[in-house]
Amino acid sequence: MYGKKVKIRAFFIILVFTSAILITFLVINSLKENVVFFKSPTDINNLNQIESKKIRVGGMVKKNSIEIENKNLKFIITDFKNEIIVTFSGAVPNLFEEGKGVVAEGYLEDRKYLKAEKILAKHDENYMPPEVKEAMQGN
Amino acid sequence: MINQIGAYSLYICLFVSVYLILKSYISSKNFDKKIDQTFFATLSVQLFMTILSFFTLVFAFVFSDFSNITVFNNSHTLKPLFYKISGTWGNHEGSLLLWLLVLTFFLFIFFVTSKKMNVRYRILTILFQEIIILGFLLFILFTSNPFLNIFPIPDEGLGLNPILQDPALAIHPPLLYVGYVGTSIIFSASLAALITKTVDNVWASHIKNWILISWIFLSVGILLGSIWAYYELGWGGFWFWDPVENVSLMPWFCLTALLHSIIVLKNRNVFHSWTVILSITTFSLSMSGTFLVRSGILNSIHTFANDPSRGVFILTFLLFLVLLAVFIFFFNQKNFPDTYQRSFLVSRETSILINNWFMMFFLSVVLVGTAYPIFLEVINDAKISVGPPFYHKLIVPFLIPFLFFMALGPNIKWIKDKVKKLNISQIIFLILSFVISFFIVLNTNTNYLFSTLLFTFSFYLFFNVINSFQKKNSNLSQKVSHLGFSIFMLSILFNGILSKENSANMKVGDEINFLNKKLIFENVKVESDSNFKKLVGEFKLNDNGKIIHFKPEIRVYSQPETITSEADISSTLFSDNFLVFSLIKNDGFFNVRYQHKPLMIWIWISVLLMSLGGVFSFFKLNEK
Repeated sequence: MYGKKVKIRAFFIILVFTSAILITFLVINSLKENVVFFKSPTDINNLNQIESKKIRVGGMVKKNSIEIENKNLKFIITDFKNEIIVTFSGAVPNLFEEGKGVVAEGYLEDRKYLKAEKILAKHDENYMPPEVKEAMQGN
Repeated sequence: MINQIGAYSLYICLFVSVYLILKSYISSKNFDKKIDQTFFATLSVQLFMTILSFFTLVFAFVFSDFSNITVFNNSHTLKPLFYKISGTWGNHEGSLLLWLLVLTFFLFIFFVTSKKMNVRYRILTILFQEIIILGFLLFILFTSNPFLNIFPIPDEGLGLNPILQDPALAIHPPLLYVGYVGTSIIFSASLAALITKTVDNVWASHIKNWILISWIFLSVGILLGSIWAYYELGWGGFWFWDPVENVSLMPWFCLTALLHSIIVLKNRNVFHSWTVILSITTFSLSMSGTFLVRSGILNSIHTFANDPSRGVFILTFLLFLVLLAVFIFFFNQKNFPDTYQRSFLVSRETSILINNWFMMFFLSVVLVGTAYPIFLEVINDAKISVGPPFYHKLIVPFLIPFLFFMALGPNIKWIKDKVKKLNISQIIFLILSFVISFFIVLNTNTNYLFSTLLFTFSFYLFFNVINSFQKKNSNLSQKVSHLGFSIFMLSILFNGILSKENSANMKVGDEINFLNKKLIFENVKVESDSNFKKLVGEFKLNDNGKIIHFKPEIRVYSQPETITSEADISSTLFSDNFLVFSLIKNDGFFNVRYQHKPLMIWIWISVLLMSLGGVFSFFKLNEK
């Protein structure tokens, strides 16, 4: 019969393969669930169906659109073609300003309304999220 | 004038580098028995020239020489001296020059400290290291020359991005670079050892020091970046799975694996090819980190300029190095010593192998999460981001077995041990940990089973490490590092389940109530500092009778015009109270965010403890 060494090797190889397959499966599965897509207001306007998944919307904060209450914040993201209303309660980053680039992450209520969970803004004055830049150029 | 000195010294470096490549190639072909004196001389010249060129740039920054385009783009006369100096590496060109400086410096140190090693091995290490140096020199001179002139000479510079004007961030890049670049020596040396058939326990104890240096610096470098993001970016946490953070974490996982496998190679003379593969991977990850950050593919605070030609260059160079390494690896497979060592399932070797597997798993998760969005964008132009849930879901469950093995591993003997000697104290520790964890988790609204298990095994590790301090036999550095890790896990867990947060939009005089606390926005004042103006908020928090005052700031820098906010953090050993405020628009409302973060300071301390273990090991405190 096979020696002990061969058996241990075989066991080892099987172990490596099963764990590799298992891990690949886990990773792919987890990716599917946790990937967040980026869309511009125009992309959202063209959606056939409102998904219940979390998305990111990027564009410019429309001038004079920010409304502040104690707990909530309401503003409009525009790509100069289409607009979307965003509501948010929580902390905003430093450079969240009217007329500047912004990315909001959250859930769509309908094509014109996003309930945001997180607001991201650029790190410095000259920086514009690449998504926003492209969305701008695309229009 | 001074620009020319810097630029010419780089050209001399280039010349020396080409010479050294040829020289070391010929010397290794001839199997020279002695090291030629010229090696020392030329390496010294190269080091001197790099230092000269680096200090020329520092000098240009300190004296605000705006005829230099790099200085013009990144400095300003009104900037404090400290940030003028740190501005040298706060930009793309200067940071590459720093890379180069560390590369040549490390090669020199390697050459001087490796006198006992095989001659051909030393020469080949020089060869590979010089190839890397040459690549970086070409990169610097042809795509990112820091010594370009501008004419007419401007009167004033454009200034350094204010969020980089911070003490932690001034020293974060040099530390990180020492860590990254240290892996280049490991890479060159393992290829050299492979060719000269000297991948053995002698080599292992020699190269271990370099692994330790890289690991210590990388750990502390990541730590500083993390602390900086906590208070300066106002992110209010310690890790955000931001691609740029991930890119530094990947080589760290690999180095940690290498740090463990090299111990096996040193003590048992097994794991030869695995160690070499890890060395090659570690360096490739450090290089691809540089590539991803510098090419502008990952957009973040670290992206200095989006120049595609730079990315293409680094990518080509990286591919070349990896192919070279793979080629050498496969053609020298037979060079691994054929010393079959009997190994048993229950042994220290196995436990370290398990550590390596976990490290590889964590590494792959981070790699997939970081690379997948880039990959998908290239394939079908879809823009996605992979958020923290992805990483948490894949990494956190695996921490449970990881902690378990980590607790047991160091107690197991080399070669062969018995499972039976599972003694009473282990069972007591496990039960004790479980009981403590059960009561901790009981009053929180988290996933009970999961959190209890995580807590249990973190405590289990903690008790085991504490217990091991009584034993005199095993090594101090391992205990200190593992103690650091167990404290790290515990503080993260406590931080995770007990953190509290509240944000609101407030005007001066407003008062909000939450979680039995009362926060009052008392006042806001305008003050000016040397190169910025600031709005200082005054807040009072009444936490069940305990009063805490906060003075967060919003700074308005004029060159370049930028707003940053400085969080006010009151730290104690038990918890951090964090308050940051920002202006939304000029109608009196401020966006205020308050966070209560238990044991935050212990996260930083524990990482320092881990690194301290590395320092102990480096100074051979174990071997007494």
